[in-house]
Amino acid sequence: MIRRLIPLFALLLLAGLAPVLLPTFHVTLLNYIGLYSLVALGLVLLTGIGGMTSFGQAAFVGIGAYASAVLTTQYGLSPWLGLLAGLAITLVVATSLGLLTLRLAGHYLPIGTLAWGLALFYLFGNLPGLGGFGGLQNLPNISLFGWQVRDPADFSLLIGLLLAISLWLLDNLLHSRQGRAIRTLKDSAGMAEAMGIDTARSRLQVFIIAALLAALSGWLYAHLQRVVNPTPFSVVMGIEYLFMIVLGGVASLWGALLGAALLTLIKQVLQDVLPQLFGHADNVEMIFFGVLVILVLQYARGGLLPLLSGLFPRAQPHPLPEHPAHALPRRTMPANGQPLMVAEGLLKQFGGLVANKDMGLTVNGAEITALIGPNGAGKSTLFNLLSGVLAPNAGQIVFLGQRIDGLSPRAIARLGVSRTFQHVRLLPDMSVLENVALGAHARGKAGLLRSMLHLEREEEAALLAEARRQIERVGLGAALHTPAGSLPLGQQRIVEIARALCSDPLLLLLDEPAAGLRHGEKQALAHLLEQLRSEGLGVLLVEHDMEFVMGLADQIVVMEFGQRLAGGTPLQIQQNPAVLAAYLGGVE
Amino acid sequence: MDISILAFLAQDGLTTGAIYALVALALVLVFSVTRTILVCQGDFVTYSALTLATLQLGLMPGTLWLLLGCSLAACTLDSIAALRRGQSRRVPGLLARYLGLPTVLWVVLDTFELAGLPAVLQILLTLALVTPLGPLLYRLVYQRVAETSVLLLLIVSVAVHITLVGISLLMFGAEGVRTDALAEAVFMLGELPVGLQSLLVIASALLLIGLLYAFFGHSLYGKALRATALNRKGAQLVGIPTQLAGKAAFGLAALIGAISGVLIGPLTTLYYDSGFLISLKGFVAAIFGGLASYPIAAASAFFVGVLESFANFGASAYKEVIVFTLVIPVLLWLSLKHPHLEEQH
Repeated sequence: MIRRLIPLFALLLLAGLAPVLLPTFHVTLLNYIGLYSLVALGLVLLTGIGGMTSFGQAAFVGIGAYASAVLTTQYGLSPWLGLLAGLAITLVVATSLGLLTLRLAGHYLPIGTLAWGLALFYLFGNLPGLGGFGGLQNLPNISLFGWQVRDPADFSLLIGLLLAISLWLLDNLLHSRQGRAIRTLKDSAGMAEAMGIDTARSRLQVFIIAALLAALSGWLYAHLQRVVNPTPFSVVMGIEYLFMIVLGGVASLWGALLGAALLTLIKQVLQDVLPQLFGHADNVEMIFFGVLVILVLQYARGGLLPLLSGLFPRAQPHPLPEHPAHALPRRTMPANGQPLMVAEGLLKQFGGLVANKDMGLTVNGAEITALIGPNGAGKSTLFNLLSGVLAPNAGQIVFLGQRIDGLSPRAIARLGVSRTFQHVRLLPDMSVLENVALGAHARGKAGLLRSMLHLEREEEAALLAEARRQIERVGLGAALHTPAGSLPLGQQRIVEIARALCSDPLLLLLDEPAAGLRHGEKQALAHLLEQLRSEGLGVLLVEHDMEFVMGLADQIVVMEFGQRLAGGTPLQIQQNPAVLAAYLGGVE
Repeated sequence: MDISILAFLAQDGLTTGAIYALVALALVLVFSVTRTILVCQGDFVTYSALTLATLQLGLMPGTLWLLLGCSLAACTLDSIAALRRGQSRRVPGLLARYLGLPTVLWVVLDTFELAGLPAVLQILLTLALVTPLGPLLYRLVYQRVAETSVLLLLIVSVAVHITLVGISLLMFGAEGVRTDALAEAVFMLGELPVGLQSLLVIASALLLIGLLYAFFGHSLYGKALRATALNRKGAQLVGIPTQLAGKAAFGLAALIGAISGVLIGPLTTLYYDSGFLISLKGFVAAIFGGLASYPIAAASAFFVGVLESFANFGASAYKEVIVFTLVIPVLLWLSLKHPHLEEQH
């Protein structure tokens, strides 16, 4: 905690000392870097971490600036009311735009923001009351408890303070339950939904936070300049913000600050040098930045921060409290042997291909049911139907008396069905602990604001303690803080099981859990599954390893050509002539 | 508003709409083959119009130096790669392939009295100068990042566009230009005057759309390009060189852009940075078709053109606002049509 605060205090110290040590021109430059950093911070959250992007951030800056400019110059209201109005308008606009585009594929958001950024630019220039392309003049000073924020030196402090607070809030957010959800958005949204995470909601939240930061920057900008006109809020500026984070480092908050500083300083140097070469600088400097960004994306995709970060000590993993104040609530297990999930008459067609036909099975509590069958028998399709990834064309699936066919994976997960994936889906750069904690997402409640203010300490501690408990239970206690991507594949499968267990499921769906495991690891896995069975959990596993299945399962369902071929105990299945024919090649 | 104004606006709208249609088609083409949103498609249009205008003034177009520079850079990259693999015998071939055309163009441009050349030759020179920029851009910029996400490709595209606009200012200056009309005649259709140039633009656009349709539907190359679009890895496995597909898509896009520039040059004053708005309007049309459908994109482009023309007449200050807010209902519609969240890759 303290370690995370040190850089923030350093930032504040810089903002306080700069006006004393540096000439005014340099302080002004620093102020602009601060203002750009606020916008870039939001963009890092949106782009580098959330996997979306926006070319319209400059337009949100414009809303923040114009809202305050209009209210203060034309209605004589306080700049603070201007700030509130700017934030409120931004909230409404970002929410509507987000709701429109965030459910679509990734490239619609940037396109939407591009179009909307352009439209808003022309509105700023043409709407009556906004002063046309000449803009509005003579904005009043911001005053804070009698402190008049007037000179660059005053602004240095105010901007430094707001920047430090924003960094603190975002850093808290990224280290919370909500932050872990945000980090899945980039390329694991499907997995996140299966863990009960509402990714559409997370996307919207990230977009709104980024927009609000931009509006805040715009408010400061307006009162620093004391003049607003449309030019600084154009799409070109929106693109420059994006360039900043690409240069600095898209995936880290400090990359935003580095990028804002780099772009501003390089621009300053170019504006001194280029006119001597070309007579003018405007577009030549954009050639320079364009080429620079292309090269960075080609050769150093993480931006420049990762190249520098070797110079600083690595952040320590946050310490885990030994005994959390309160444990997470648990579901009550249904009585042993009671049917948990019953599927009947399932039909799934892909065009002309019938992948599942009149397929049915029952999974009981405190039993291990195995689903086997030759390649192409339709096991994966059935698995996807049961977990909600696909909806059946006909038939029904009932979980504890409730119809779940057609429900989303998220809804099914929240009812107590948890799954693993055939192709491991972990976030490779996140620690094993954080990956597993994703599974417990639906068991926490803390919202965005509580997470940002770090008021969810108790719940967070309980979530992490639960994640650790599950990791230790599957025997990976030594790998708690290891990046999940650096584990061997077999262990990654086990991490997935721990993640599934973290959601406190009643039914566990395992997709080929033993694939890629060594003999000893398979025995440990079998032992774990037996232990889960004894606790009352129902387990359905799709598996190819016959030895593993036969020694473990209570019930086996065999599929062939999308249909149920046989069902029964391992002994019955081993003696079933139809099964033998399917597996060993039938006698004509 | 009387009928003649209405007819004039419709004619004007359909003409610009034809250009947007060509831009939209190129965008869909490049997106479906390479997953790249080619923000700089409009820049091909302005490069072409401004190059032609420069030729008509009898001056040496800066496009030649850009082409030469890009060719040299690409040639150097490929030669280094060849030398690293120990294939030094390939270098002369690379030199000929990359530097042959620019050298010939240089000699031609240097030898002839450009302003006096017949219009057809000026146009052919323009196409020869602009079209190779497409594949060269793919080689220099996109080939290295071809396997990354749509998002990263989009950021790259924006950077490319910004660079091209800057170069455009250096090459052509800040003055707006119009090229000489290809056909000056105006004839009367009943009561209404119809410009031959407008008809030419619309007819050429329709012809190109038809050609593209035939190319993609019925030729082996077209099918190979489509296969690459559907499944890059699968296409690689059946022996379609995907890099070549990328270069071909970019080349086609640049050619379409260059033709669009020649067509629109006499009708609208174009500036060094006009390409962005042209791209975006083509874009709006392409989005209508979900960035996948050629016919819907083309039809919507005509709609965007006409809408813009009427907006320009009715509320000229809000012309761009009206066109770009049009995206919002379209996105809403797409969002309702595809309610499922798509997994990002």
